[in-house]
Amino acid sequence: MEPVHIVQGTAVPLDRSDVDTDQIIPSDWLKRVERTGFEKGLFSEWRDDPDFVMNQEQYAGANILLGGPNFGTGSSREHAVWAIQQYGFAAVVSSRFGPIFRNNSSKNGLVAVEVSPEVSDQLMRAVETDPTMELIIDVERRTLEAPALDLEVGFELSDSVQHRFLNGLDDIGITMQAGDDISAFEAERPGFKPVTR
Amino acid sequence: MDAKKTLSEKVWADHVVKAEDGQPDLLYIDLHLVHEVTSPQAFDGLRQTGRTVRRPELTISTEDHNVPTEDIDKPIADEISAKQVDTLRRNTAEFGITHYPMGDINQGIVHVIGPEQGMTQPGMTIVCGDSHTSTHGAFGALAFGIGTSEVEHVLATQTLLQPAQETMAITIDGELPTGSTAKDVVLAVLAACDTGGGIGAIAEFRGSVIEALSMEGRMTVCNMSIEFGAKAGMIAPDDTTFAYLEGRPHAPKGADWEAALDAWRQLRTDEGASFDREVVIDGAGITPHVTWGTNPGQVIKLADNVPSPDMFEDPVARDAAGRALEYMGLTAGTPMRDVPVDTVFIGSCTNSRIEDLRAAAEVAKGRKVKDGMRTLVVPGSGHVKAQAEQEGLDKIFVDAGFDWREPGCSMCLAMNPDKLTEGERSASTSNRNFEGRQGRGGRTHLVSPAVAAATAIAGTFASPEDL
Ligand code: SF4
Repeated sequence: MEPVHIVQGTAVPLDRSDVDTDQIIPSDWLKRVERTGFEKGLFSEWRDDPDFVMNQEQYAGANILLGGPNFGTGSSREHAVWAIQQYGFAAVVSSRFGPIFRNNSSKNGLVAVEVSPEVSDQLMRAVETDPTMELIIDVERRTLEAPALDLEVGFELSDSVQHRFLNGLDDIGITMQAGDDISAFEAERPGFKPVTR
Repeated sequence: MDAKKTLSEKVWADHVVKAEDGQPDLLYIDLHLVHEVTSPQAFDGLRQTGRTVRRPELTISTEDHNVPTEDIDKPIADEISAKQVDTLRRNTAEFGITHYPMGDINQGIVHVIGPEQGMTQPGMTIVCGDSHTSTHGAFGALAFGIGTSEVEHVLATQTLLQPAQETMAITIDGELPTGSTAKDVVLAVLAACDTGGGIGAIAEFRGSVIEALSMEGRMTVCNMSIEFGAKAGMIAPDDTTFAYLEGRPHAPKGADWEAALDAWRQLRTDEGASFDREVVIDGAGITPHVTWGTNPGQVIKLADNVPSPDMFEDPVARDAAGRALEYMGLTAGTPMRDVPVDTVFIGSCTNSRIEDLRAAAEVAKGRKVKDGMRTLVVPGSGHVKAQAEQEGLDKIFVDAGFDWREPGCSMCLAMNPDKLTEGERSASTSNRNFEGRQGRGGRTHLVSPAVAAATAIAGTFASPEDL
């Protein structure tokens, strides 16, 4: 994964609650065995509608997705994160995320910024009024800023996820350094645990 | 003396390989279930980095999401589905993982086959690139869904990095009214917890209603833990659990069985241990339930009327209800029992086991499906199908006019040819009623197998007592 320090840019206001992973990337798209090309599937059930917010010209080029509460609930499909990233978003803001989605985001360098419902609402209204309004998400400081609103709020990001974001680190490589601990654990596992063959 | 612990804390503690302050714990994984949809990019990652599968013998694979439920002796017609299934077969062969292909008696929905083969046991950690892995928690295992990056991590290291979770107790005491099932229990939990009430927590289901459930009923309950956001759902193992496991192909034998029993009997929440969150539900009030909206928390009793958005105080819920009614084509105030249904789907990892099929067959026996109703009965695995056929359930279904199919996920998520069409309304025993889940524009209502079967006969939502 690529290091992420600061995400700066404009946002698309997707003002709906409970945007689940089936909406983000419908199951037809999960048949692919590749890891790329999912941008076309992002919200594909809604994209035919010319009024859909992502089809509105004033939001073209935005790199931050403002979602409603309970964004990314539902299935474990990491394709949802890939689709959002491959479309061009580097961060998603919501007042509450589905936990697997949030975790998957952390594995791919997509910044999931959880803010209070009030802030989420304020940002949504502001971006609807002024699509050119800039947001700055700082991974190092764990802050989201909207200079035009004179707003700066902190968000939660665990030390370990932050470390991996800033350094672009791969979890597997880090864990493999603990190979001896894993072997020691395996030596102590009870003999009655099942095997699959 | 150790502090008092909950069930989930005990299982968690038993699997910590490495713990460091401020870092997620490194947990050992006892069983990794793999299927075709969330694994191809993970195997690719291994190849690209020259890594291997650390413990192929703790990994099991099957094909379920894409497989057709008819004509399975022919190649899969959908080319992209065929490629995905084929990719899994090649990947498992290359990395030495046991794989159950379509047509094999052991093949089935990944969450049905683990338990039925006795691979799912108390006190284990179990993961799968699928959110309904929570199903296995019915045995007192810590089981949860992971993403594809994590699938790759588990393949390579047999471990997973996990931040600590809160604990949540869901206590359901009392006695269920007759006609209510495990599905109604979990739908009632959803009504109480909504779609977010479990976020950040591992839920333990307890109380006399849970203790009285069979293993299959407990699996139905744990299966839908993710629908209220919980990381996992668990139930303490007891004699029901041990009786279910004894003699299954992968269950411990002889002295190992005795050793396992001793260990498993410790897997209970200590008297006086505290939970971060507690929910209490009266079992006596759990009558059959049905969802009316587009998330599983939008659920009411079958006896109720379609709610009006005005009934929701929270503006977000009100807004969501309005949108859901529009998508579902429902009018507030309509009795649920008056809503006509086009398709009935009995299947999925929530309700495709033998007891589910027996419950549906009991309702179907000697009756006829309503004219024009489309019906699918899709057993959860090759073994469930064989057992049902041995008991003559397939004949009961076919005589009543139901379509009897081959095992797989089928219309639960419509990755195979079994799909709803635009505007088509289903009564489905699956776990998700999201927009388009069962096909673009399809309208899904979640119900129990008994209600699904009764609905197929009545043509509108019905419980067996209504027939
Ligand atoms: S039956 Fe449905 S919920 Fe279960 S694993 Fe298959 S697709 Fe997922």
